[in-house]
Amino acid sequence: MTEKITKNLALELYKKMVLCRKFEEKVVELVNRNEIYGTTHEYIGEEAVAVGVCSALRNDDLIGSTHRGHGHIVSKGGNIKYMFAELFGRVDGYNKGKGGSMHIADLGIGVLGANGIVGAGVPIAVGAALAIKIKKMDKVVISFFGDGAANQGVVHEAMNMAAIWDLPIIFVCENNQYAVSTSVKYSLRIDNISDRSKSYGFDGKTIDGMNVLEVYNNSKEIVNKVRYASKPFLLECKTYRYSGHFTAEKILNLNYRTEDEINYYKSICPILTFSTKLINEGICTKKELDDIDNLVINQIDEAVDFARKSKPPEPSEALKDMYATGYKGIPQEGWV
Amino acid sequence: MRNIYYLKAISEALLNEMKINPDVVVIGEDVRYSLRGITKGFIDIFGPDRVIDTPISEAGLTGVGTGAALCGLRPVLEFQICEFIFFAFDQLVDQAQKLRYMSGGKLKAPVTYLIASSGARGGMAGQHSDNPYPYILHSGMKTVMPSTPYDAKGLLISAIRDDDPVAVFLPVNSLGTKGDVPEEQYTIPLGKGEIKREGKDITIVAVGHLVKIALDAAEELESQGISAEIYDPRTLLPLDKDLLFKSVKKTGRVVVFDDSNRTCGFAAEVSAIIAEECFSDLKSPVRRITRADVPVPFNAQMEAFVLPDKEKLIKAILKNF
Repeated sequence: MTEKITKNLALELYKKMVLCRKFEEKVVELVNRNEIYGTTHEYIGEEAVAVGVCSALRNDDLIGSTHRGHGHIVSKGGNIKYMFAELFGRVDGYNKGKGGSMHIADLGIGVLGANGIVGAGVPIAVGAALAIKIKKMDKVVISFFGDGAANQGVVHEAMNMAAIWDLPIIFVCENNQYAVSTSVKYSLRIDNISDRSKSYGFDGKTIDGMNVLEVYNNSKEIVNKVRYASKPFLLECKTYRYSGHFTAEKILNLNYRTEDEINYYKSICPILTFSTKLINEGICTKKELDDIDNLVINQIDEAVDFARKSKPPEPSEALKDMYATGYKGIPQEGWV
Repeated sequence: MRNIYYLKAISEALLNEMKINPDVVVIGEDVRYSLRGITKGFIDIFGPDRVIDTPISEAGLTGVGTGAALCGLRPVLEFQICEFIFFAFDQLVDQAQKLRYMSGGKLKAPVTYLIASSGARGGMAGQHSDNPYPYILHSGMKTVMPSTPYDAKGLLISAIRDDDPVAVFLPVNSLGTKGDVPEEQYTIPLGKGEIKREGKDITIVAVGHLVKIALDAAEELESQGISAEIYDPRTLLPLDKDLLFKSVKKTGRVVVFDDSNRTCGFAAEVSAIIAEECFSDLKSPVRRITRADVPVPFNAQMEAFVLPDKEKLIKAILKNF
């Protein structure tokens, strides 16, 4: 993993990470101002994982995302205008305001869907990989899941099936060390979730999920292997979320993490360490990175503006899109 | 037309759909050797890429079906026993059934759940005797319950060709029945019920294997001067309300004869719909004959006691006159 990084790649990875970060910071601001309805699960702190993995993919490769999915979709090439419009619940949103934060899906950008149920997206991603294999396409599927999902039964079932059918899928475990308030130190008797890959009969590896180059270089190699050998892989990225499980967690005063711990991980922020490295090694100048920051901020402001101006759907649209093959009388209204 | 077994009708519907459309694949437990016989020999015709045995992983295989459907396949998932859907509940009702809606119509999941045995065969006790379709109906999933071999073939083909998830429950007590079935592929559209017997005094809404029992009961009632009409919804969702209302308006009396649980069961829904839409046509209260709200007990006498049967139906019908 000593591959020399090109300037173009460095700037691309940096820009995507900043986009993920600033996107989420804006989301928090808008949720707190009640401009975004409901709540969201922020990706702040974990950017190196989504950016590193998705940058190693082709556009037509597929990803299955999670409840903490904004970073995945941004990294996979999602248009943040349509993402914000979805979070605003507007007609121009990716899913016309019917899905919101936890359900963004668009096969056009290779997103099988985020998922509100922990672990539930993993077998769906395996099914996508099965279709790819049967239809003899050369795409790969990434199934993002967390340390919490690692303990769901259906994830075990899905990994086993991927193994016996030799499917082109990479299970990317974003081990941010907490399932809501439950630490992996409590919920696991092993140090590395990737060790489980052996029990299914495929390879696995644990890497530093706070280091975007490490994630990118490993992903590049693994994606290549999985695409041509059609065999699953379990890549565990150790990472950390800076925010609570969801936007408003702060007010609950759960205190399951120490300030020291949070501050430590903030000190190894994937964006900060990467920008420092790029400047120190003379790959980019500070000004070049600052310019990217400003570009991203403008891009986000424009996207938010787009979302604000997008029309809200007619409430009666709520009865549409339930069925692809429609029949008289369904879905039923709930009133006389 | 040939007189063939219900199971044979199902099997040939699936076989021919697989021949016509290379995207149709079968996924399930024991589908190679085929415990029930539906997919017997399919492996030799279509190979392991289209006849896909899974480990014992009902939730997982249901998710796999969804993912495969999102990416262009048209999977038929076989559940050998209806209770297996309980393991898969999240994947059925919270994933497959909701994905299209939550995606604002962007995704589609054309999966057929072939639930190859539903109901109490006898002596199978609490975990092999359910009729769990109300759970599925509650989620808004299209649900089919064919009562004859002819209906089974035509409805299964419609289900496979439908672009949404469709649950096809096969009544275990109908699997061994025979009926006339054309050799060629034909469809019966979802949402079209059928009057299985014309009558003028009372409408029996009968579901699945109970249609046949209702027909027997109707013959007995005829000798007592009661003319019973039998409405078979065939598709529980979408429900053919027009045909139902037409029958109720004609007879003015209704017994709903359904072998699912009573509380929030299919009969409860049908009764409510009739009460709302046909109240002024009714000459007597809508009555339900369902199974009791207990697990099916093992002992044969207790089992018979809790399940709907002809005697209970006739008793309920006579209360209306």
